[in-house]
Amino acid sequence: MLEEVLVTVRDNPGIDPSLSVWHWEIPAYLFLGGLTAGILLFASLIVLLGREKDFPFVSRRLPIWAFVALSLGMLALFLDLSHKFYVWRFYTTFQVSSPMSWGSWILLLVYPVIILLTACTLREGYPALGRLVDRFRAGHAGINFACRHRVLVAQWGLILAVFLGFYTGILLSAFSARPFWNTGFLAPLFLVSGMSAAAALVLLGTRSEHERHMFTRIDIVLIAIKLSLIALLLVNLATGSRVQIEASQMVFGGEFAIPFWVFLVIPGLMIPLILEYWELKGTRRAWMLVSPVLVLYGSYMLRQLTVDMGQASSYISYVNAFDPALLELLR
Amino acid sequence: MKVYAMVIDTNLCIGCGDCVVACKTENKLPAGLNRDWVVEATRGRYPDLTTEFRSERCNHCTHATCVHACPTGATYTWQNSNIVLVEPSKCTGCKACIAACPYDARLIMTPDGYIDKCTFCHHRVEKGQDPACVSACPTHCMHFGLLSDAQSTVSRLLATRPHKALLEETGNEPQVYYLT
Amino acid sequence: MKRREFLKLSAMLGAGAATPALMTGCASPRLPGSGQVEASPIVCNVCFWRCAGTVYKEDGQPWKVEGNPEDLHSLGRFCTRGSGGLGMYRDPDRLRQPMLRVTENGQQTFKPVSWEEALDFIASRMSNIAETHGEDRLCLLSHGVGGTHFRRLLGAFGSTGFAQPSFAQCRGPRDVGFALTFGEGVGSPDRTDMENSRCIVLIGSHLGENLHNSQVQTWIKAVENRATVITVDPRFSVAAGKSRYWLPIRPGTDMALLLAWIHVLIHEGLYDQDYIARYATGLEQLAEHVLPFSPEWAFLETGISADVIRETAREMARHAPATLVHPGRHVTWYGDDTQRSRAIAILNALLGSWGREGGYFIPERVSLPSYPVPEAPEPRTDWMAEVQKDYPLAPAGITNVVIENSIGDDAFFKGWFVYGTNLPYSVPSSADQIQAAAQSLDLMVVVDTMPCAITGYADVVLPECTYLERLDPIRNSPERQPALAVSFPAFEPRYDSKPAWWIAKQIAERLDLGAYFPWEDYAEEVDWQLQQVGSSLEEMRQLGVKSFPRTTAKFFEPGEAVEFRTPSGRIELYSEMLASFGHDPLPKYAPPRRPPERYFHLSYGRAPAHTFGRTINNPTLFELMPENAVWVNPLVARDFALSSGDYVRLRNQDGVVSNRVRVRVTERIRPDSVFIVHGFGQKDPRLRLASQRGADDNHLMTRVLIDPIMGGTGMRGNFVTLVPEEQLA
Ligand SMILES: Nc1nc2c(c(=O)[nH]1)N[C@H]1C(S)=C(S)[C@@H](COP(=O)(O)OP(=O)(O)OC[C@H]3O[C@@H](n4cnc5c(=O)[nH]c(N)nc54)[C@H](O)[C@@H]3O)O[C@H]1N2
Ligand SMILES: Nc1nc2c(c(=O)[nH]1)N[C@H]1C(S)=C(S)[C@@H](COP(=O)(O)OP(=O)(O)OC[C@H]3O[C@@H](n4cnc5c(=O)[nH]c(N)nc54)[C@H](O)[C@@H]3O)O[C@H]1N2
Ligand code: SF4
Ligand code: SF4
Ligand code: SF4
Ligand code: SF4
Ligand code: SF4
Ligand SMILES: [Mo]
Repeated sequence: MLEEVLVTVRDNPGIDPSLSVWHWEIPAYLFLGGLTAGILLFASLIVLLGREKDFPFVSRRLPIWAFVALSLGMLALFLDLSHKFYVWRFYTTFQVSSPMSWGSWILLLVYPVIILLTACTLREGYPALGRLVDRFRAGHAGINFACRHRVLVAQWGLILAVFLGFYTGILLSAFSARPFWNTGFLAPLFLVSGMSAAAALVLLGTRSEHERHMFTRIDIVLIAIKLSLIALLLVNLATGSRVQIEASQMVFGGEFAIPFWVFLVIPGLMIPLILEYWELKGTRRAWMLVSPVLVLYGSYMLRQLTVDMGQASSYISYVNAFDPALLELLR
Repeated sequence: MKVYAMVIDTNLCIGCGDCVVACKTENKLPAGLNRDWVVEATRGRYPDLTTEFRSERCNHCTHATCVHACPTGATYTWQNSNIVLVEPSKCTGCKACIAACPYDARLIMTPDGYIDKCTFCHHRVEKGQDPACVSACPTHCMHFGLLSDAQSTVSRLLATRPHKALLEETGNEPQVYYLT
Repeated sequence: MKRREFLKLSAMLGAGAATPALMTGCASPRLPGSGQVEASPIVCNVCFWRCAGTVYKEDGQPWKVEGNPEDLHSLGRFCTRGSGGLGMYRDPDRLRQPMLRVTENGQQTFKPVSWEEALDFIASRMSNIAETHGEDRLCLLSHGVGGTHFRRLLGAFGSTGFAQPSFAQCRGPRDVGFALTFGEGVGSPDRTDMENSRCIVLIGSHLGENLHNSQVQTWIKAVENRATVITVDPRFSVAAGKSRYWLPIRPGTDMALLLAWIHVLIHEGLYDQDYIARYATGLEQLAEHVLPFSPEWAFLETGISADVIRETAREMARHAPATLVHPGRHVTWYGDDTQRSRAIAILNALLGSWGREGGYFIPERVSLPSYPVPEAPEPRTDWMAEVQKDYPLAPAGITNVVIENSIGDDAFFKGWFVYGTNLPYSVPSSADQIQAAAQSLDLMVVVDTMPCAITGYADVVLPECTYLERLDPIRNSPERQPALAVSFPAFEPRYDSKPAWWIAKQIAERLDLGAYFPWEDYAEEVDWQLQQVGSSLEEMRQLGVKSFPRTTAKFFEPGEAVEFRTPSGRIELYSEMLASFGHDPLPKYAPPRRPPERYFHLSYGRAPAHTFGRTINNPTLFELMPENAVWVNPLVARDFALSSGDYVRLRNQDGVVSNRVRVRVTERIRPDSVFIVHGFGQKDPRLRLASQRGADDNHLMTRVLIDPIMGGTGMRGNFVTLVPEEQLA
């Protein structure tokens, strides 16, 4: 029998009783970052493979969504900061050991690549926007420049996409202090999940039958990989240290079991997998838009739950002997 | 590198929480925020029992995962020692360091939003004094000093007495020790 | 840009953004102590140990309190409560101005009044009482240093009625029991020489939770020196956790254990034969008396195995005379308390520890002249003979007896001054009686710092300033080393509060008794006294504490002839005195009542973060411990389907129900007992933090076991059951 109680009260907001320093902002940022990576990856690949003609949506209209997603992601990141006016401090230093520092610099590199990649698609993809930009001399020159270096940009895009996608997972898995995150499967999982989200976006946007077909196939593979990575991640935790085993238990019982299975695995992975399989078989065309929406939802939910569960998992096992909510009377 | 350590004798600690009050007043912490706290661990079944009291705080890890996680360098070590501090004017409040600390030893300063934590009272250490909690403890069960000096009280205590540190399995190399 | 405009701008920016305080962190906060620091000596008043220390201000703001290294009460360190003392000053719920009970539209309320009006009212009521009933009919109920001033005031007026809860609810039985045995009591600070003890026996004394400062420090020193600690407690107290032996005794059976220990010491010939022969009388009677009380017999009563009883007795003897059987402090338990304290005293005598190193030292104080004021008039009656005639052996006022004698038209007392004691929470289950007393008294003045329950009964409530804002009487306590300590005001009084000396003087002047307070400022009196012993107010402002040389020995010399202040001049193992008053001359054991089915002994005690109820509303200490919890054994928790963190109410044997209280399931308590920390469960909504937090033990003590010798209120004869919250609805 071990009874471990705090005999003084601890209720540091955000830290106690378990971490809740990150709410929707970081999951949203990770989701949007992953989506950006996925988009960048597909858009760059298509360029590098020279298959622009076969994939009209990806090559012409998709890149700008990377710009939108990344900007929203950075906004979410900014909103998360509790000491906001010091945001510029990210860029006065580079901390080698800090994934977050890597991340902030990667974002800075990714931005121009996305802009260049997008610029070259504007005239065809978004003619109105393209004309607007063309009206300015610098804009006009910019687009021309982007198009001239399209392949180089795509090469960079591919590399950075992989970095960015991995990074969204590494950001969490590098926290050895949070048992649920501390596994090597998080980075590939988030990369694949980002790609899957980007594929879903394609499915939502494309009008080309071929493109849809191809991306449905891609997405099925990605979802299947995701499911296996999740399984591996759980096995990895369940066979780990005491705290990791405890962390893995969270999905089998307690407050996260229902969210995990009912809100993530079934609607975010299983159902779209089945729907997309049916679609491939050509039976249920009416559901066309449902599966990509569910994939996007699942992608976000994966991050949200991962962030929540990681924060809930900890090395600490003591509890307050007295009601910490009473400290509210002092604040 | 200078390694400062705290050595706390759990055989003498009575769990009175004076260390907590002393920290709050010395460091003028806003109400409801704690840099230190006291855990009581009771083992066994009535009537075969042992109780251990532990005054806990940041462990000023020599492998400080919080320092590694900080993207801005706001979390840093003081004067080539293991004393881990936060520079508010560099801190963005990204909270990476909070997630990186296995001891949950950090806190978010209200209302400002920068991150705060136990400083080992470096402002007192600088003047040759013990940290506030150490010098308040009525049982004298807390000791503070340089582990990198073999002659110091803390070094001698660790050399002669059985001890442990918390969560050593994290590899953080915590520098708050408990004599058992 | 001018600074002001910039600030305005940033405020606008801040208002637009998510966090309004964005800009405030711009500059790194200054390190503590880098500003203008001022220090001022203080004597802590958060409990009655009265440690000397220093208050620090930084840039004019209250900062911290620390112990004075020259001080024997604090040994340079304050306890948790003392360190949190600034909260007493900061507390926004403090009494702010004098208040008078008035009837408005048929409803009684309190009206804030000027000091003038309040003091005039008091003086005129006092004169009325003197005219109608006599000037001897006032009583001072007090706990705390400022009481001295009111004692002088009432003495000058003609009333010597005086009682403190620290007697009949606390140390009374022990001081009487020890005085009957050794000719003098233990006193305060307790004269225990624990730092030199090789063996310490704690009977209930929960040192560590009971945080009397140097007491804890000297005890822990002994623990560090590997002295044998034997703790007798139904609960695995903090002290038990530091002990070599924990004797989880069945509640209320300590006397059986003590008698068995005495039995072993005598019948195994382990007692200090030379010491007893030299100093004591009554060994034969004692030896015969304890003959039947073998460890085997005691086992059946106490649940402590005979082997352990023998082993611990031998362990005590092995280290004697450096064996301290601790006298306890709050000892009003089962009504046999004077006798139990006698048994403890006898045990110490057998071990030869009284007057010996590692046992009890002989304390000494400074012979400090009192300030010359006119002699107080001889009181018209001897109130003690009148009111406390049932307890001729009680050397001090018995709070509960005073309360009883204040109810009804023919009651002795007609007016009360209540200074610094929260009677309805300190005298068991006394709220109704205090209510009745308040009805029949012609005057009830309450001098307090907080709107505690007692203020609700008053005719006049006077806000005193805290110890941090006033000059208190010189501390001159019996100690190892004679020493004086002075407490200087560190801050101006907040709100419209005043120090006790000022209040007493003002009332005195209205009654033509100004000659008893013949100075403008109490500092003059303190300075005069200090001058008499070669110091001064100025010197003490620098020192805080000043030590004086001892003039007597701290311990008995080997073979020294000692005259004890008992009738026989010897240590009285057998008390003729008790016999002559019709009490048992030797302590006897009577088995306590056992709790009924599904009821538990109600046990209570201290927590290090609080002093009774007086600190619960202190914001600093509230933060450490905002409520109490009821400790229950896991077996009990299972029966009642409770787990830690649930809330229950306690219902006692007479159906009295407590406020809701959090459950703590812990192995650290016997399955036949529950435990709560005293002081919680305050009900006054003006105590915004403390109100309704946790359960109050006092109201659950409807069965009061009166000590027949000194009239104290035994509080541990009560039983409670647990009522889960949902069953109450
Ligand atoms: N922090 C703090 N310290 C204080 C105070 C405070 O308010 N706060 N108050 C001070 C004052 S005025 C006093 S008088 C002292 C009181 O402090 P003590 O004299 O130490 O108090 P005890 O009466 O011994 O009561 C507490 C212990 O008695 C145990 N107990 C209950 N029933 C029995 C029994 O039948 N037999 C035995 N052997 N033990 C039993 C309880 O489990 C508990 O551990 O504390 C002083 N110190
Ligand atoms: N049920 C139960 N009853 C007990 C005990 C118990 O353990 N359980 N313990 C008993 C013991 S050991 C003791 S010693 C007594 C203590 O009994 P009390 O001395 O009555 O204890 P408190 O409840 O702290 O009441 C102190 C009052 O003094 C006021 N006060 C505080 N500081 C000042 C000041 O500077 N000036 C003035 N004027 N007022 C001030 C507080 O606001 C409060 O109203 O209680 C006894 N009664
Ligand atoms: S002040 Fe000392 S004895 Fe009290 S809890 Fe802290 S470390 Fe333990
Ligand atoms: S205990 Fe936590 S905050 Fe302190 S140094 Fe170690 S990792 Fe950092
Ligand atoms: S919150 Fe502040 S100290 Fe912590 S990691 Fe972020 S920038 Fe560094
Ligand atoms: S070392 Fe200083 S900052 Fe750290 S817990 Fe102790 S008093 Fe607080
Ligand atoms: S024991 Fe603690 S509360 Fe009591 S006087 Fe000393 S420091 Fe103050
Ligand atoms: Mo007491």
